[in-house]
Amino acid sequence: MSIMAYNGGCLVAMRGKNCVAIATDHRFGIQAQTISTDFEKVFQVNPRTFLGLVGLQTDILTVHDRIMFRKKLYEDRENREMTPEPFSAMISNFLYEHRFGPYFIEPVIAGLHPKTLEPFICNMDLIGCPNKPDDFVVAGTCSEQLYGMCETLWKEDLEPAELSEVISQAIVSAFDRDAISGWGATVYIIEKDKITKKQIKTRMD
Amino acid sequence: MNMELVRNVPKGGFNFDNCKRNEMLLSSGFQHPKTVKTGTTIAGIIFKDGVILGADTRATEGPIVSDKNCSKIHYLAKNMYCCGAGTAADTEMTTDLIASQLEMHRLNTGRQVPVVAANTLLKQFLFRYQGHISAALVLGGVDKTGSYIYCIHPHGSTDKLPYATMGSGSLAAMSVFESRWKPDMTEEEGKLLVRDAIAAGVFNDLGSGSNIDLCVIRKDSVDYLRNYELANLKGKRHGDYRFKPGTTELVGKEEIIEVVPFEAFHKKLYGDETAEAMEVGA
Repeated sequence: MSIMAYNGGCLVAMRGKNCVAIATDHRFGIQAQTISTDFEKVFQVNPRTFLGLVGLQTDILTVHDRIMFRKKLYEDRENREMTPEPFSAMISNFLYEHRFGPYFIEPVIAGLHPKTLEPFICNMDLIGCPNKPDDFVVAGTCSEQLYGMCETLWKEDLEPAELSEVISQAIVSAFDRDAISGWGATVYIIEKDKITKKQIKTRMD
Repeated sequence: MNMELVRNVPKGGFNFDNCKRNEMLLSSGFQHPKTVKTGTTIAGIIFKDGVILGADTRATEGPIVSDKNCSKIHYLAKNMYCCGAGTAADTEMTTDLIASQLEMHRLNTGRQVPVVAANTLLKQFLFRYQGHISAALVLGGVDKTGSYIYCIHPHGSTDKLPYATMGSGSLAAMSVFESRWKPDMTEEEGKLLVRDAIAAGVFNDLGSGSNIDLCVIRKDSVDYLRNYELANLKGKRHGDYRFKPGTTELVGKEEIIEVVPFEAFHKKLYGDETAEAMEVGA
């Protein structure tokens, strides 16, 4: 078994029309034993920027702390909000610093540029190779299932309400076929003037 | 200065803090996670007026295609580009690092940097890491002494060649070059040859796929032809999976977090001045 699948979990982010969405499951387990069902792997790092981390639980927490430290240092020095693009470049550099002793996590970044409101999504492997496609990004133990769901459900220019349904159905269907992800899910829809947070009803087994 | 803060400020360079821990974790039977690789077909040739580089656009994580349209021709300097195969993060970071070293060198010397300098920087960097940085590169560029293609292997050995291929599709691409390359080709002939070489990799090697990127470097101009050919378009879907709003059942009510629009936020802080206006001290 891969160390990335020790605690389980999954993430997906999608681009819509003037909006982005990011979704996470709630499970935190140790191999097949579920420890808690309220761990959301998505963190709001700025008003319109979200960071999701999946992989080894201890590293999710450590990397989140380290990234926030660097982000705050940047924002204090520059006296402005960090936009999603340099934020993901910073994570990429942080992960590549640990090229030969990596943190066992995969990040997903979703957000809108605070000024231009341009949608942004990005994911990386555990050593920080960035991937910025114009449709969707996935990570976690059921990434294969998520790829399949997203390839069929995602369309260009989805409105926020449609995007919300698409991302919810994609993640629910994907982790229903994964034993170590699931136990509830949260979806964030990021728009220019508001963020909608939804808890989805799912199977609890 | 606060010592706690200084301790946490990143020092730069690689960090080996996790190595012992990871070794322990992996020795207890866990597998090392897969990194993104560019299975890759990359190629470069010398033609009459310069060089042409080519690459496919597939990135893989084991058998999964993780990026269908990634960019493998990296910028090094105005007169130099570099194709990368191997671990995607390594090729990306290595070329970025060398690109900034070349820019520093150009500013220090006040001259256009020769291609051989980039080759030396890359091979010395890769040799220092004894092949652990798995970047296989095809470097191409034009300087005042001529046009050059260099093949750089992960351990730091290099070849200077008139035509070169790298990556898992290198055999397919080389078969095209071996049968059809000749000295002093025209730009059109050259572009067609490189396109065909990359297409051979795309269609015959499973590690390579999607589209074809080209980059033509001449004495004093560059054409970066991103997605020169979309060799594998996704078919149009006739049907449509559409969910009615409200299909997904929620737990509790949705929570709405208001975000102040940038203009309004700025207005609140600075009054009615525009975002661009900056006060200049008298």
